[in-house]
Amino acid sequence: MADYLLRLAPELILIIGGVLLLLAAAWRGERGVDMVTLLSVAVLALAGVSLLGPASTGGDSFGGLHQADAFAAFCKVGIYVAAAVCILIAPRFFRRAGGTMQPEYPVLILFSCVGMGMMVSAGDLLTLYVGLELQSLAAYVLASFLRRDLRSAEAGLKYFVLGALASGIMLYGVSLLYGFTGTTLFDGIAAAFAESIETTGQPSLGQVFGLVFVLAGVLFKISAVPFHMWTPDVYEGAPTPVTTVFATAQKFAAMALLVRVSAEALGPGLEQWRQIIVFVALASIILGAVAAIGQSNIKRLLAYSSINNVGFALLGLAAGTAEGLAAVISYMAIYIVMTLGSFLCVLQMRDSEGRPVETIASLAGLSRTRPGLAAAMAVFMFSLAGIPPLFGFWGKFLVFDALIGVGYWELAAIGIALSVIGAYYYLKIVKTIYFDEPAPGYAPSDSRLEGGLIAAAAVLLSPLGYLLIPALALASGQAAAALF
Amino acid sequence: MIGLVHYLVVSAILFVLGVLGIFANRKNIIVILMALELILLAVNINLVAFSAFLGDLVGQVFAMFVLTVAAGEAAIGLAILVIFFRGRGTIAIDAVDRMKG
Repeated sequence: MADYLLRLAPELILIIGGVLLLLAAAWRGERGVDMVTLLSVAVLALAGVSLLGPASTGGDSFGGLHQADAFAAFCKVGIYVAAAVCILIAPRFFRRAGGTMQPEYPVLILFSCVGMGMMVSAGDLLTLYVGLELQSLAAYVLASFLRRDLRSAEAGLKYFVLGALASGIMLYGVSLLYGFTGTTLFDGIAAAFAESIETTGQPSLGQVFGLVFVLAGVLFKISAVPFHMWTPDVYEGAPTPVTTVFATAQKFAAMALLVRVSAEALGPGLEQWRQIIVFVALASIILGAVAAIGQSNIKRLLAYSSINNVGFALLGLAAGTAEGLAAVISYMAIYIVMTLGSFLCVLQMRDSEGRPVETIASLAGLSRTRPGLAAAMAVFMFSLAGIPPLFGFWGKFLVFDALIGVGYWELAAIGIALSVIGAYYYLKIVKTIYFDEPAPGYAPSDSRLEGGLIAAAAVLLSPLGYLLIPALALASGQAAAALF
Repeated sequence: MIGLVHYLVVSAILFVLGVLGIFANRKNIIVILMALELILLAVNINLVAFSAFLGDLVGQVFAMFVLTVAAGEAAIGLAILVIFFRGRGTIAIDAVDRMKG
Protein backbone atom coordinates (compact mmCIF):
# COMPACT_ATOMS: atom_id res chain seq x y z
CA MET A 1 0.00 0.00 0.00
CA ALA A 2 2.79 2.35 0.91
CA ASP A 3 4.49 1.38 -2.31
CA TYR A 4 2.65 3.81 -4.53
CA LEU A 5 3.06 6.60 -1.99
CA LEU A 6 6.82 6.18 -2.31
CA ARG A 7 6.62 6.15 -6.10
CA LEU A 8 4.65 9.40 -5.97
CA ALA A 9 6.85 10.89 -3.23
CA PRO A 10 8.25 13.87 -5.22
CA GLU A 11 4.79 15.02 -6.31
CA LEU A 12 3.28 14.47 -2.86
CA ILE A 13 6.08 16.40 -1.14
CA LEU A 14 5.67 19.29 -3.56
CA ILE A 15 1.87 19.38 -3.21
CA ILE A 16 1.86 19.20 0.59
CA GLY A 17 4.76 21.62 0.88
CA GLY A 18 3.12 24.00 -1.60
CA VAL A 19 -0.22 24.02 0.21
CA LEU A 20 1.39 24.54 3.63
CA LEU A 21 3.55 27.35 2.29
CA LEU A 22 0.52 28.92 0.64
CA LEU A 23 -1.15 28.99 4.06
CA ALA A 24 2.00 30.44 5.58
CA ALA A 25 2.08 33.07 2.84
CA ALA A 26 -1.56 33.99 3.49
CA TRP A 27 -0.96 34.07 7.26
CA ARG A 28 2.27 36.01 7.39
CA GLY A 29 1.75 38.19 4.33
CA GLU A 30 4.75 40.03 2.96
CA ARG A 31 6.69 39.63 6.21
CA GLY A 32 7.01 35.93 5.48
CA VAL A 33 8.66 36.27 2.06
CA ASP A 34 12.15 35.21 3.07
CA MET A 35 10.90 32.27 5.10
CA VAL A 36 8.60 31.04 2.31
CA THR A 37 11.38 31.44 -0.28
CA LEU A 38 13.90 29.40 1.69
CA LEU A 39 11.36 26.76 2.72
CA SER A 40 10.18 26.30 -0.86
CA VAL A 41 13.76 25.67 -1.97
CA ALA A 42 13.99 23.16 0.89
CA VAL A 43 10.80 21.47 -0.33
CA LEU A 44 12.30 21.20 -3.83
CA ALA A 45 15.48 19.73 -2.36
CA LEU A 46 13.44 17.22 -0.34
CA ALA A 47 11.51 16.22 -3.46
CA GLY A 48 14.85 15.77 -5.24
CA VAL A 49 16.16 13.56 -2.41
CA SER A 50 13.00 11.44 -2.55
CA LEU A 51 13.95 10.54 -6.14
CA LEU A 52 16.64 8.27 -4.69
CA GLY A 53 13.95 5.79 -3.58
CA PRO A 54 11.28 3.96 -5.59
CA ALA A 55 10.34 7.28 -7.25
CA SER A 56 13.04 6.67 -9.87
CA THR A 57 12.69 2.91 -10.38
CA GLY A 58 9.29 1.92 -8.98
CA GLY A 59 7.36 1.60 -12.24
CA ASP A 60 3.66 2.25 -12.87
CA SER A 61 1.07 3.43 -10.38
CA PHE A 62 -2.71 3.75 -10.73
CA GLY A 63 -3.01 1.30 -13.59
CA GLY A 64 -0.35 2.99 -15.71
CA LEU A 65 -1.47 6.59 -15.24
CA HIS A 66 1.79 7.57 -13.51
CA GLN A 67 5.20 6.16 -14.31
CA ALA A 68 8.14 6.43 -11.94
CA ASP A 69 11.13 5.45 -14.07
CA ALA A 70 14.69 6.58 -14.77
CA PHE A 71 13.52 8.95 -17.50
CA ALA A 72 11.14 10.78 -15.18
CA ALA A 73 13.80 10.95 -12.46
CA PHE A 74 16.41 12.43 -14.83
CA CYS A 75 14.01 15.13 -15.98
CA LYS A 76 12.75 15.90 -12.48
CA VAL A 77 16.30 16.55 -11.25
CA GLY A 78 16.78 19.11 -14.01
CA ILE A 79 13.39 20.70 -13.36
CA TYR A 80 13.89 21.00 -9.60
CA VAL A 81 17.38 22.46 -9.91
CA ALA A 82 16.21 25.08 -12.42
CA ALA A 83 13.14 25.91 -10.33
CA ALA A 84 15.22 26.30 -7.16
CA VAL A 85 17.55 28.75 -8.89
CA CYS A 86 14.57 30.71 -10.23
CA ILE A 87 13.17 30.99 -6.70
CA LEU A 88 16.47 32.05 -5.15
CA ILE A 89 17.12 34.87 -7.61
CA ALA A 90 13.61 36.31 -7.33
CA PRO A 91 13.48 38.33 -4.07
CA ARG A 92 16.19 40.80 -5.11
CA PHE A 93 14.65 41.26 -8.53
CA PHE A 94 11.17 41.98 -7.20
CA ARG A 95 12.49 44.31 -4.51
CA ARG A 96 14.26 46.37 -7.15
CA ALA A 97 11.34 46.30 -9.59
CA GLY A 98 8.27 46.85 -7.46
CA GLY A 99 9.30 47.41 -3.85
CA THR A 100 8.28 44.05 -2.40
CA MET A 101 7.92 40.46 -3.47
CA GLN A 102 4.65 38.61 -3.01
CA PRO A 103 5.24 35.34 -1.10
CA GLU A 104 2.98 33.57 -3.61
CA TYR A 105 5.78 33.57 -6.20
CA PRO A 106 7.71 30.57 -4.80
CA VAL A 107 4.45 28.75 -4.07
CA LEU A 108 3.27 29.14 -7.67
CA ILE A 109 6.59 27.77 -8.87
CA LEU A 110 6.15 24.74 -6.59
CA PHE A 111 2.71 24.07 -8.06
CA SER A 112 4.11 24.52 -11.54
CA CYS A 113 6.78 21.94 -10.63
CA VAL A 114 4.09 19.46 -9.59
CA GLY A 115 2.58 19.87 -13.05
CA MET A 116 5.97 19.45 -14.74
CA GLY A 117 6.61 16.33 -12.66
CA MET A 118 3.26 14.90 -13.75
CA MET A 119 4.11 15.72 -17.37
CA VAL A 120 7.40 13.83 -17.38
CA SER A 121 5.82 10.91 -15.45
CA ALA A 122 2.68 10.72 -17.58
CA GLY A 123 1.65 7.28 -18.78
CA ASP A 124 -1.79 8.26 -20.00
CA LEU A 125 -3.30 11.11 -21.99
CA LEU A 126 -5.26 12.13 -18.88
CA THR A 127 -2.17 12.66 -16.71
CA LEU A 128 -0.49 14.35 -19.67
CA TYR A 129 -3.33 16.84 -19.94
CA VAL A 130 -3.76 17.49 -16.22
CA GLY A 131 0.00 17.88 -15.70
CA LEU A 132 0.31 20.24 -18.64
CA GLU A 133 -2.60 22.38 -17.43
CA LEU A 134 -1.36 22.49 -13.84
CA GLN A 135 1.97 23.72 -15.11
CA SER A 136 0.40 26.21 -17.53
CA LEU A 137 -2.19 27.69 -15.15
CA ALA A 138 0.56 28.52 -12.67
CA ALA A 139 2.68 29.89 -15.53
CA TYR A 140 -0.05 32.28 -16.77
CA VAL A 141 -0.24 33.83 -13.32
CA LEU A 142 3.54 34.01 -13.03
CA ALA A 143 3.86 35.79 -16.40
CA SER A 144 1.61 38.62 -15.20
CA PHE A 145 3.10 38.65 -11.71
CA LEU A 146 4.24 42.30 -11.79
CA ARG A 147 0.66 43.37 -12.15
CA ARG A 148 1.31 47.13 -12.17
CA ASP A 149 3.73 46.73 -15.07
CA LEU A 150 1.83 47.03 -18.37
CA ARG A 151 4.27 44.80 -20.21
CA SER A 152 3.89 42.02 -17.63
CA ALA A 153 0.08 42.13 -17.79
CA GLU A 154 0.22 42.06 -21.57
CA ALA A 155 2.66 39.12 -21.54
CA GLY A 156 0.32 37.22 -19.23
CA LEU A 157 -2.65 37.93 -21.48
CA LYS A 158 -0.89 36.85 -24.66
CA TYR A 159 0.50 33.76 -23.00
CA PHE A 160 -2.90 32.84 -21.63
CA VAL A 161 -4.80 33.20 -24.90
CA LEU A 162 -2.26 31.36 -27.04
CA GLY A 163 -1.50 28.77 -24.35
CA ALA A 164 -5.18 27.98 -23.85
CA LEU A 165 -5.61 27.70 -27.62
CA ALA A 166 -2.70 25.24 -27.78
CA SER A 167 -4.20 23.22 -24.93
CA GLY A 168 -7.50 23.15 -26.79
CA ILE A 169 -5.85 21.95 -29.99
CA MET A 170 -3.93 19.29 -28.10
CA LEU A 171 -7.11 18.21 -26.34
CA TYR A 172 -8.92 17.84 -29.64
CA GLY A 173 -6.11 15.53 -30.75
CA VAL A 174 -6.42 13.63 -27.47
CA SER A 175 -10.13 13.07 -28.08
CA LEU A 176 -9.42 11.79 -31.61
CA LEU A 177 -6.65 9.47 -30.38
CA TYR A 178 -9.02 8.14 -27.72
CA GLY A 179 -11.79 7.57 -30.24
CA PHE A 180 -9.67 5.88 -32.87
CA THR A 181 -7.56 3.74 -30.56
CA GLY A 182 -10.14 3.04 -27.85
CA THR A 183 -7.87 3.90 -24.94
CA THR A 184 -5.96 6.78 -23.37
CA LEU A 185 -3.05 4.69 -22.03
CA PHE A 186 0.20 5.25 -23.92
CA ASP A 187 0.84 1.49 -24.22
CA GLY A 188 -2.66 0.89 -25.54
CA ILE A 189 -2.33 3.68 -28.10
CA ALA A 190 0.98 2.24 -29.29
CA ALA A 191 -0.62 -1.21 -29.61
CA ALA A 192 -3.53 0.22 -31.62
CA PHE A 193 -1.13 2.07 -33.93
CA ALA A 194 0.91 -1.09 -34.43
CA GLU A 195 -2.22 -3.10 -35.15
CA SER A 196 -3.56 -0.80 -37.82
CA ILE A 197 -0.10 -0.53 -39.40
CA GLU A 198 0.02 -4.32 -39.51
CA THR A 199 -3.39 -4.70 -41.15
CA THR A 200 -3.48 -1.73 -43.55
CA GLY A 201 0.16 -0.65 -43.78
CA GLN A 202 -0.46 2.72 -42.11
CA PRO A 203 -2.32 4.23 -39.13
CA SER A 204 -5.96 5.13 -39.78
CA LEU A 205 -6.79 8.67 -40.84
CA GLY A 206 -8.34 9.48 -37.45
CA GLN A 207 -5.20 8.31 -35.67
CA VAL A 208 -3.00 10.47 -37.88
CA PHE A 209 -5.20 13.49 -37.23
CA GLY A 210 -5.02 12.85 -33.49
CA LEU A 211 -1.24 12.51 -33.67
CA VAL A 212 -0.85 15.78 -35.56
CA PHE A 213 -3.08 17.75 -33.16
CA VAL A 214 -1.37 16.36 -30.05
CA LEU A 215 2.08 17.11 -31.47
CA ALA A 216 0.97 20.65 -32.39
CA GLY A 217 -0.15 21.31 -28.82
CA VAL A 218 3.08 20.04 -27.28
CA LEU A 219 5.26 21.78 -29.88
CA PHE A 220 3.59 25.03 -28.84
CA LYS A 221 4.73 24.49 -25.26
CA ILE A 222 8.36 24.05 -26.34
CA SER A 223 7.94 27.08 -28.65
CA ALA A 224 9.02 25.35 -31.85
CA VAL A 225 8.32 27.07 -35.19
CA PRO A 226 5.51 27.49 -36.42
CA PHE A 227 4.06 27.67 -32.88
CA HIS A 228 6.65 30.11 -31.54
CA MET A 229 4.93 33.49 -32.02
CA TRP A 230 4.21 33.96 -28.31
CA THR A 231 7.78 33.36 -27.17
CA PRO A 232 9.56 36.70 -27.77
CA ASP A 233 6.68 38.79 -26.38
CA VAL A 234 6.16 36.64 -23.29
CA TYR A 235 9.89 36.37 -22.57
CA GLU A 236 10.29 40.14 -22.89
CA GLY A 237 7.22 41.11 -20.86
CA ALA A 238 7.38 38.58 -18.04
CA PRO A 239 9.54 39.45 -14.99
CA THR A 240 13.08 38.13 -15.58
CA PRO A 241 13.02 35.34 -12.92
CA VAL A 242 9.74 34.11 -14.46
CA THR A 243 11.23 34.21 -17.95
CA THR A 244 14.02 32.07 -16.54
CA VAL A 245 11.47 29.47 -15.38
CA PHE A 246 9.87 29.47 -18.83
CA ALA A 247 13.16 29.12 -20.65
CA THR A 248 14.58 26.38 -18.43
CA ALA A 249 12.35 24.17 -16.26
CA GLN A 250 9.22 24.52 -18.35
CA LYS A 251 10.98 23.96 -21.64
CA PHE A 252 12.77 20.89 -20.30
CA ALA A 253 9.51 19.42 -19.01
CA ALA A 254 7.66 20.04 -22.27
CA MET A 255 10.51 18.56 -24.30
CA ALA A 256 10.59 15.49 -22.03
CA LEU A 257 6.84 15.15 -22.46
CA LEU A 258 7.21 15.32 -26.23
CA VAL A 259 9.93 12.65 -26.10
CA ARG A 260 7.79 10.38 -23.93
CA VAL A 261 4.64 10.75 -26.03
CA SER A 262 6.52 10.24 -29.29
CA ALA A 263 8.42 7.21 -28.05
CA GLU A 264 5.84 5.46 -25.89
CA ALA A 265 2.44 6.31 -27.38
CA LEU A 266 3.24 7.15 -30.99
CA GLY A 267 6.34 4.93 -31.37
CA PRO A 268 4.88 2.67 -34.08
CA GLY A 269 3.86 5.76 -36.07
CA LEU A 270 7.50 6.91 -36.25
CA GLU A 271 7.37 7.31 -40.04
CA GLN A 272 4.34 9.59 -39.68
CA TRP A 273 5.72 11.98 -37.07
CA ARG A 274 9.36 11.95 -38.12
CA GLN A 275 8.68 14.16 -41.15
CA ILE A 276 6.78 16.65 -38.94
CA ILE A 277 9.61 16.76 -36.40
CA VAL A 278 12.30 17.20 -39.09
CA PHE A 279 10.40 20.09 -40.67
CA VAL A 280 9.73 21.76 -37.30
CA ALA A 281 13.33 21.29 -36.18
CA LEU A 282 14.85 22.85 -39.31
CA ALA A 283 12.29 25.69 -39.33
CA SER A 284 13.03 26.43 -35.65
CA ILE A 285 16.79 26.47 -36.20
CA ILE A 286 16.51 28.79 -39.22
CA LEU A 287 13.92 31.18 -37.79
CA GLY A 288 15.60 31.25 -34.38
CA ALA A 289 18.89 32.19 -35.99
CA VAL A 290 17.65 34.69 -38.59
CA ALA A 291 15.05 36.54 -36.49
CA ALA A 292 17.50 37.00 -33.61
CA ILE A 293 19.88 39.07 -35.72
CA GLY A 294 17.83 42.28 -35.66
CA GLN A 295 16.91 42.21 -31.97
CA SER A 296 17.98 44.98 -29.61
CA ASN A 297 16.45 43.57 -26.39
CA ILE A 298 18.51 40.88 -24.68
CA LYS A 299 15.47 38.95 -23.40
CA ARG A 300 13.94 38.85 -26.88
CA LEU A 301 17.27 37.67 -28.22
CA LEU A 302 17.40 34.87 -25.65
CA ALA A 303 13.84 33.93 -26.66
CA TYR A 304 14.97 33.44 -30.26
CA SER A 305 18.03 31.63 -28.97
CA SER A 306 15.75 29.21 -27.13
CA ILE A 307 13.73 28.62 -30.31
CA ASN A 308 16.99 27.92 -32.12
CA ASN A 309 18.22 25.47 -29.46
CA VAL A 310 14.90 23.62 -29.30
CA GLY A 311 15.32 22.98 -33.03
CA PHE A 312 18.64 21.22 -32.45
CA ALA A 313 17.19 19.11 -29.63
CA LEU A 314 14.30 18.09 -31.92
CA LEU A 315 16.81 16.78 -34.48
CA GLY A 316 17.78 14.16 -31.88
CA LEU A 317 14.14 13.17 -31.53
CA ALA A 318 13.92 12.80 -35.31
CA ALA A 319 16.58 10.07 -35.09
CA GLY A 320 14.03 8.07 -33.11
CA THR A 321 16.58 5.71 -31.52
CA ALA A 322 17.54 5.33 -27.85
CA GLU A 323 20.77 7.24 -28.60
CA GLY A 324 18.72 10.03 -30.18
CA LEU A 325 16.41 10.34 -27.19
CA ALA A 326 19.37 10.25 -24.79
CA ALA A 327 20.92 13.03 -26.90
CA VAL A 328 17.73 15.12 -26.60
CA ILE A 329 17.64 15.04 -22.81
CA SER A 330 21.42 15.52 -22.50
CA TYR A 331 21.10 18.52 -24.82
CA MET A 332 18.29 19.95 -22.72
CA ALA A 333 20.23 19.39 -19.47
CA ILE A 334 23.21 21.33 -20.86
CA TYR A 335 20.84 23.92 -22.34
CA ILE A 336 19.33 24.53 -18.89
CA VAL A 337 22.75 25.40 -17.46
CA MET A 338 23.56 27.74 -20.37
CA THR A 339 20.21 29.50 -20.15
CA LEU A 340 20.26 29.84 -16.36
CA GLY A 341 23.70 31.42 -16.69
CA SER A 342 22.56 33.82 -19.41
CA PHE A 343 19.51 34.97 -17.47
CA LEU A 344 21.56 35.39 -14.30
CA CYS A 345 23.77 37.73 -16.34
CA VAL A 346 20.66 39.59 -17.56
CA LEU A 347 19.70 40.10 -13.91
CA GLN A 348 23.06 41.80 -13.39
CA MET A 349 22.25 44.38 -16.07
CA ARG A 350 21.19 47.38 -13.97
CA ASP A 351 21.98 51.04 -14.46
CA SER A 352 23.75 53.09 -11.79
CA GLU A 353 20.44 53.67 -9.98
CA GLY A 354 19.61 49.97 -9.90
CA ARG A 355 16.89 49.92 -12.56
CA PRO A 356 16.96 46.88 -14.87
CA VAL A 357 18.33 47.54 -18.38
CA GLU A 358 17.54 45.18 -21.23
CA THR A 359 19.17 46.67 -24.33
CA ILE A 360 22.05 44.83 -25.95
CA ALA A 361 23.74 48.19 -26.64
CA SER A 362 24.16 48.73 -22.89
CA LEU A 363 26.50 45.70 -22.80
CA ALA A 364 29.09 47.64 -24.81
CA GLY A 365 32.51 47.69 -23.19
CA LEU A 366 31.42 45.46 -20.32
CA SER A 367 34.85 43.82 -20.38
CA ARG A 368 36.36 47.02 -18.97
CA THR A 369 33.79 47.79 -16.26
CA ARG A 370 32.89 44.24 -15.11
CA PRO A 371 35.53 41.83 -16.50
CA GLY A 372 34.24 38.81 -14.57
CA LEU A 373 30.67 39.23 -15.76
CA ALA A 374 31.91 39.85 -19.30
CA ALA A 375 33.94 36.62 -19.29
CA ALA A 376 30.98 34.60 -17.94
CA MET A 377 28.64 36.09 -20.55
CA ALA A 378 31.15 35.23 -23.28
CA VAL A 379 31.30 31.63 -22.01
CA PHE A 380 27.49 31.35 -22.12
CA MET A 381 27.25 32.87 -25.61
CA PHE A 382 30.03 30.68 -27.07
CA SER A 383 28.45 27.69 -25.38
CA LEU A 384 24.95 28.45 -26.76
CA ALA A 385 26.53 28.78 -30.19
CA GLY A 386 28.11 25.35 -29.73
CA ILE A 387 31.72 26.36 -30.24
CA PRO A 388 33.98 23.37 -29.46
CA PRO A 389 36.04 23.84 -26.34
CA LEU A 390 32.90 24.69 -24.38
CA PHE A 391 30.34 22.21 -23.08
CA GLY A 392 27.49 23.47 -25.27
CA PHE A 393 29.27 21.80 -28.18
CA TRP A 394 28.81 18.37 -26.58
CA GLY A 395 25.01 18.51 -26.76
CA LYS A 396 25.07 19.37 -30.47
CA PHE A 397 27.69 16.66 -31.06
CA LEU A 398 25.47 14.01 -29.41
CA VAL A 399 22.50 15.03 -31.55
CA PHE A 400 24.44 14.91 -34.82
CA ASP A 401 26.08 11.64 -33.77
CA ALA A 402 22.65 10.08 -33.22
CA LEU A 403 21.47 11.35 -36.63
CA ILE A 404 24.49 9.84 -38.36
CA GLY A 405 23.89 6.61 -36.42
CA VAL A 406 20.59 6.12 -38.28
CA GLY A 407 22.02 7.21 -41.62
CA TYR A 408 20.73 10.79 -41.79
CA TRP A 409 23.97 12.28 -43.08
CA GLU A 410 22.22 15.06 -45.01
CA LEU A 411 20.20 16.19 -42.01
CA ALA A 412 23.29 16.27 -39.79
CA ALA A 413 25.19 18.26 -42.44
CA ILE A 414 22.34 20.77 -42.77
CA GLY A 415 22.19 21.09 -38.98
CA ILE A 416 25.90 21.82 -38.73
CA ALA A 417 25.68 24.41 -41.52
CA LEU A 418 22.73 26.11 -39.82
CA SER A 419 24.50 26.21 -36.45
CA VAL A 420 27.07 28.46 -38.14
CA ILE A 421 24.31 30.98 -39.03
CA GLY A 422 23.18 30.88 -35.40
CA ALA A 423 26.71 31.56 -34.18
CA TYR A 424 26.60 34.99 -35.86
CA TYR A 425 24.41 36.76 -33.33
CA TYR A 426 26.02 35.12 -30.32
CA LEU A 427 29.38 36.32 -31.57
CA LYS A 428 27.93 39.78 -32.13
CA ILE A 429 27.15 40.01 -28.42
CA VAL A 430 30.67 38.93 -27.52
CA LYS A 431 31.98 41.57 -29.92
CA THR A 432 29.77 44.22 -28.26
CA ILE A 433 31.07 43.23 -24.84
CA TYR A 434 34.77 43.14 -25.75
CA PHE A 435 35.38 45.56 -28.61
CA ASP A 436 32.79 48.36 -28.54
CA GLU A 437 33.24 51.75 -26.91
CA PRO A 438 32.11 51.46 -23.27
CA ALA A 439 28.51 52.41 -22.50
CA PRO A 440 27.68 53.80 -19.03
CA GLY A 441 28.66 51.09 -16.55
CA TYR A 442 26.27 48.89 -14.60
CA ALA A 443 25.65 49.08 -10.88
CA PRO A 444 28.14 46.86 -9.02
CA SER A 445 27.00 43.38 -8.07
CA ASP A 446 25.19 43.33 -4.73
CA SER A 447 24.64 39.61 -4.36
CA ARG A 448 27.20 36.92 -3.63
CA LEU A 449 24.55 34.30 -4.40
CA GLU A 450 24.00 35.50 -7.96
CA GLY A 451 27.73 35.89 -8.54
CA GLY A 452 28.35 32.40 -7.21
CA LEU A 453 25.64 30.87 -9.39
CA ILE A 454 27.02 32.62 -12.48
CA ALA A 455 30.51 31.35 -11.66
CA ALA A 456 29.22 27.81 -11.09
CA ALA A 457 27.36 27.80 -14.41
CA ALA A 458 30.43 29.17 -16.22
CA VAL A 459 32.68 26.48 -14.71
CA LEU A 460 30.21 23.74 -15.67
CA LEU A 461 30.20 24.98 -19.26
CA SER A 462 33.96 25.49 -19.47
CA PRO A 463 36.07 22.56 -20.76
CA LEU A 464 36.05 21.31 -17.14
CA GLY A 465 32.44 20.27 -17.81
CA TYR A 466 33.75 17.45 -20.02
CA LEU A 467 34.64 15.61 -16.79
CA LEU A 468 30.88 15.15 -16.32
CA ILE A 469 30.39 13.36 -19.64
CA PRO A 470 30.57 9.77 -18.28
CA ALA A 471 27.97 10.55 -15.57
CA LEU A 472 25.71 12.40 -18.03
CA ALA A 473 26.00 9.60 -20.60
CA LEU A 474 25.16 6.95 -17.99
CA ALA A 475 22.15 8.84 -16.58
CA SER A 476 20.72 9.85 -19.96
CA GLY A 477 21.35 6.36 -21.39
CA GLN A 478 19.41 4.75 -18.55
CA ALA A 479 16.67 7.35 -18.89
CA ALA A 480 16.26 6.73 -22.64
CA ALA A 481 16.37 2.96 -22.13
CA ALA A 482 13.37 3.28 -19.80
CA LEU A 483 11.27 4.45 -22.76
CA PHE A 484 11.77 1.32 -24.89
CA MET B 1 -30.78 7.65 -36.88
CA ILE B 2 -28.13 9.84 -35.32
CA GLY B 3 -24.78 8.05 -35.27
CA LEU B 4 -21.22 8.75 -34.14
CA VAL B 5 -20.39 10.64 -37.32
CA HIS B 6 -23.06 13.25 -36.67
CA TYR B 7 -21.54 14.03 -33.29
CA LEU B 8 -18.05 14.21 -34.76
CA VAL B 9 -19.20 16.61 -37.46
CA VAL B 10 -20.92 18.92 -34.95
CA SER B 11 -17.82 18.81 -32.77
CA ALA B 12 -15.52 19.58 -35.70
CA ILE B 13 -17.71 22.56 -36.69
CA LEU B 14 -17.65 23.91 -33.13
CA PHE B 15 -13.88 23.44 -32.97
CA VAL B 16 -13.31 25.33 -36.21
CA LEU B 17 -15.68 28.10 -35.05
CA GLY B 18 -13.66 28.37 -31.85
CA VAL B 19 -10.34 28.63 -33.66
CA LEU B 20 -11.76 31.19 -36.09
CA GLY B 21 -13.20 33.09 -33.14
CA ILE B 22 -9.68 33.60 -31.89
CA PHE B 23 -7.97 34.46 -35.16
CA ALA B 24 -10.69 36.24 -37.14
CA ASN B 25 -11.98 38.28 -34.20
CA ARG B 26 -10.59 41.81 -34.13
CA LYS B 27 -12.75 43.36 -31.45
CA ASN B 28 -12.41 42.33 -27.86
CA ILE B 29 -10.81 39.81 -25.60
CA ILE B 30 -13.96 38.52 -23.91
CA VAL B 31 -14.95 37.05 -27.28
CA ILE B 32 -11.64 35.19 -27.31
CA LEU B 33 -12.40 33.67 -23.90
CA MET B 34 -15.78 32.53 -25.25
CA ALA B 35 -14.10 31.01 -28.29
CA LEU B 36 -11.71 29.08 -26.02
CA GLU B 37 -14.69 27.64 -24.15
CA LEU B 38 -16.21 26.64 -27.48
CA ILE B 39 -13.07 24.64 -28.34
CA LEU B 40 -13.17 22.81 -25.02
CA LEU B 41 -16.86 22.02 -25.43
CA ALA B 42 -16.21 20.64 -28.91
CA VAL B 43 -13.62 18.34 -27.33
CA ASN B 44 -16.12 17.24 -24.69
CA ILE B 45 -18.72 16.34 -27.32
CA ASN B 46 -16.06 14.24 -29.04
CA LEU B 47 -15.03 12.51 -25.81
CA VAL B 48 -18.56 11.70 -24.69
CA ALA B 49 -19.63 10.54 -28.17
CA PHE B 50 -16.62 8.23 -28.45
CA SER B 51 -17.18 7.03 -24.92
CA ALA B 52 -20.79 6.06 -25.65
CA PHE B 53 -19.83 4.52 -28.98
CA LEU B 54 -16.95 2.45 -27.55
CA GLY B 55 -18.87 1.47 -24.41
CA ASP B 56 -15.90 2.69 -22.36
CA LEU B 57 -16.20 5.08 -19.41
CA VAL B 58 -12.75 6.69 -19.69
CA GLY B 59 -13.97 9.30 -22.16
CA GLN B 60 -16.67 10.54 -19.80
CA VAL B 61 -14.25 10.71 -16.87
CA PHE B 62 -11.90 12.66 -19.13
CA ALA B 63 -14.74 15.06 -19.99
CA MET B 64 -15.29 15.78 -16.29
CA PHE B 65 -11.59 16.62 -15.93
CA VAL B 66 -11.79 18.90 -18.95
CA LEU B 67 -14.79 20.73 -17.47
CA THR B 68 -12.97 21.25 -14.17
CA VAL B 69 -9.79 22.53 -15.79
CA ALA B 70 -11.81 24.76 -18.12
CA ALA B 71 -13.42 26.42 -15.09
CA GLY B 72 -9.98 27.11 -13.56
CA GLU B 73 -8.69 28.37 -16.88
CA ALA B 74 -11.59 30.79 -17.32
CA ALA B 75 -11.07 32.15 -13.80
CA ILE B 76 -7.39 32.79 -14.41
CA GLY B 77 -8.08 34.27 -17.84
CA LEU B 78 -10.60 36.74 -16.43
CA ALA B 79 -8.24 37.66 -13.57
CA ILE B 80 -5.44 38.46 -16.03
CA LEU B 81 -7.93 40.43 -18.12
CA VAL B 82 -8.87 42.51 -15.07
CA ILE B 83 -5.19 43.32 -14.42
CA PHE B 84 -4.79 44.29 -18.07
CA PHE B 85 -7.89 46.50 -17.95
CA ARG B 86 -6.67 48.28 -14.81
CA GLY B 87 -3.45 49.20 -16.57
CA ARG B 88 -4.76 50.12 -20.00
CA GLY B 89 -8.41 51.05 -19.47
CA THR B 90 -9.53 48.95 -22.43
CA ILE B 91 -9.93 45.32 -23.47
CA ALA B 92 -9.79 45.93 -27.22
CA ILE B 93 -7.49 43.49 -29.01
CA ASP B 94 -5.74 46.37 -30.80
CA ALA B 95 -4.56 47.61 -27.39
CA VAL B 96 -2.40 44.50 -26.87
CA ASP B 97 0.53 46.10 -28.68
CA ARG B 98 3.18 47.14 -26.15
CA MET B 99 5.68 44.63 -27.48
CA LYS B 100 6.51 44.13 -31.14
CA GLY B 101 9.40 42.83 -33.20
